[in-house]
Amino acid sequence: MEVPVIELQDVKKSFGPVEVLKGIDFRAYAGRVTALVGDNGAGKSTLIKGLAGVQPYDSGTVKFDGEVVSIHAPRQAGHLGIEVVYQDLALCDNLDIVQNMFLGREEIKNLTLNEAAMELQAQKALESLSVRTVKSVRQKVSSLSGGQRQTVAIARSVLRQAKLVILDEPTAALGVAQTEQVSRLVRTLADSGVAVIIISHNLADVFKACDDISVLYLGKMVASLKTKETNQGEVIGYITGLKTMDGVEQ
Amino acid sequence: MSNVKIATGHEGSAKDQINAYFQRVKSGDMGALPAVGALTVLIGIFTAAAPEYFLRPLNVANLFVQAAELTMLAAAMVFVILLAEIDLSAGVTGGVAMAVMFLLLREGIDWPIALIVSLVVGAAIGFLIGFFVAKVGVPSFVVTLGLFLGFQGLQLVMLGDGGLFKVDVAPINAIMNENLPTWLGWLVLIGGLALGILITLLDRARRTKNGLPNRPISLVAAKYGAMAVLGGIIVAVMNVNRSANAFKPIEGVPIVIPITLGILLIGGLILDRTRFGRHLYAVGGNPEAARRAGIKVAKIRIIAFIVCSALSVISGLFHVSRLGAVEATAGRTIVLSGVAAAVVGGVSLFGGKGRLMHAAIGALVITIIANGLGLLGWDAGMNFLVTGGVLILAATVDALSRKRSSSSQIRV
Ligand SMILES: Nc1ncnc2c1ncn2[C@@H]1O[C@H](COP(=O)(O)OP(=O)(O)OP(=O)(O)O)[C@@H](O)[C@H]1O
Ligand SMILES: [Mg+2]
Repeated sequence: MEVPVIELQDVKKSFGPVEVLKGIDFRAYAGRVTALVGDNGAGKSTLIKGLAGVQPYDSGTVKFDGEVVSIHAPRQAGHLGIEVVYQDLALCDNLDIVQNMFLGREEIKNLTLNEAAMELQAQKALESLSVRTVKSVRQKVSSLSGGQRQTVAIARSVLRQAKLVILDEPTAALGVAQTEQVSRLVRTLADSGVAVIIISHNLADVFKACDDISVLYLGKMVASLKTKETNQGEVIGYITGLKTMDGVEQ
Repeated sequence: MSNVKIATGHEGSAKDQINAYFQRVKSGDMGALPAVGALTVLIGIFTAAAPEYFLRPLNVANLFVQAAELTMLAAAMVFVILLAEIDLSAGVTGGVAMAVMFLLLREGIDWPIALIVSLVVGAAIGFLIGFFVAKVGVPSFVVTLGLFLGFQGLQLVMLGDGGLFKVDVAPINAIMNENLPTWLGWLVLIGGLALGILITLLDRARRTKNGLPNRPISLVAAKYGAMAVLGGIIVAVMNVNRSANAFKPIEGVPIVIPITLGILLIGGLILDRTRFGRHLYAVGGNPEAARRAGIKVAKIRIIAFIVCSALSVISGLFHVSRLGAVEATAGRTIVLSGVAAAVVGGVSLFGGKGRLMHAAIGALVITIIANGLGLLGWDAGMNFLVTGGVLILAATVDALSRKRSSSSQIRV
């Protein structure tokens, strides 16, 4: 069988007495878009933060390209090729678009920042996404709308040639046209061989954009399905806990 | 697909660029503009009120020398204010380091070594503050307030008691009391402008090589033309003999000016053009975003406090140079003016916004208020009142512009 880009085995995480992840198994494959769905508070963001090294797991095995790895800092995730676009986007308002896109990986020439090279790459990355709403790549992020911020955050991971891109509710704040654009972008990413994980509450979008669907329910992975082999009703059943792996609950 | 062209902010005519600048100012990104305005107004008022004193070569030279100490301290403060932190101990840190220098000099140690040791002591103090703030998590206000009190005691312990302790080292005393030969003043001005133009042209060449547009060259010419005129006037005025004694002329640019500008220039290049500088602004703007981008936030914080303390030592050195002596009470009162100067100059106490030049402009504003009111014969009470009022005004402008820039963005 094909080796997943990322594989989690029996991953656990607690905040004090509260167990948020109760032994999760999860896989995502290169070239495929995997949806991670579940109700509010199911533990989706927590699962992602562990992969990003922002909030390491308490226990469990993480395999990247089949090798066991330990991700305890964002830098380690970055080195592996994991890029995360957070729900709260995590951009610096006081910096401009170029500066944000290259934050933490600035290009240096003659000991100083190579602004021209970074500006050019940022411009190319945004243009390749057919971004129309951003006026200038030197605009401060504080002057951008929610959708524009999302675009910048996604373009940042494009720029870094990630192997695994994780999007936490990428379209929650977007209008119809931009949602469509993001979906197209996600497909382009996956087709170029990147493994993509999308967290989403919008099942219609999920069924349109994703190849696989994994469902979290109260900190447990209750289903991992192929989009082609399931339907919205079944997924809703898993999300709401009416359905479990073993069959329909009474 | 990629027929969409995104601008870089460098396109368009000089007029477009100027319009874009005013657009940014309107949306709350004012930078040093209010402070430059205040400076102009103050110069106007005092020139009108005391025409025979204020803009005279002697007073202008005094102004710059008086402002140098404060500029250096405010510049030190910028590094930590950019992180939304504060260093209330900056003044007395300079005092402690100068006490160390004095003790070493008294032991007969050469002044360059004594000075280097005092800088190292300053850096070590900065590391200590940074460690408590970044690693232990004590608020910088508290750590540095504690050191502010403690170091006042340490200065007394080290020096024995209050009073002045003479420092008789010609190169140190020269900083605040001697002037460049008149020709060297011109040379420094020309060299500085040439360096600035060279950097700008190299930037433009690099952009051209990458196929990126450049701003109209006329804007560059206008900028350096204005700087050349202003700098030329200052050098010319400083080169006029300002001595009242016909047998002992005093002329030339005070040595402290090129030293201060040189330090500001280097610091500015570090903030604007190095990875450290970029990360400093990022941590100041959004520490969590910086952390997620892989920036070592604690390291950046610690380095910022080290730089702050080291620059405070230089401010302390200027003080010693001016007095020709080390003071056991040095640095107590100047520190609050240092914070005020940075804020008046347009550095935001909320972090992430401000430049080193703002510190210099703010320091000039505060120095001119004291100097001008003094010339008019107004007492110290009035000086404090006016300075306090200007500070509150500056902080209000900062808060309002923040509000404006966050409400002008459409959050979906
Ligand atoms: N730092 C934290 N400390 C304590 N509890 C936390 C922390 N982070 C998350 N939790 C809790 O863990 C649970 C899962 O949170 P998580 O953010 O992973 O949910 P989610 O599936 O992303 O939800 P949503 O769809 O609302 O984004 C919630 O009950 C939340 O309150
Ligand atoms: Mg979430």
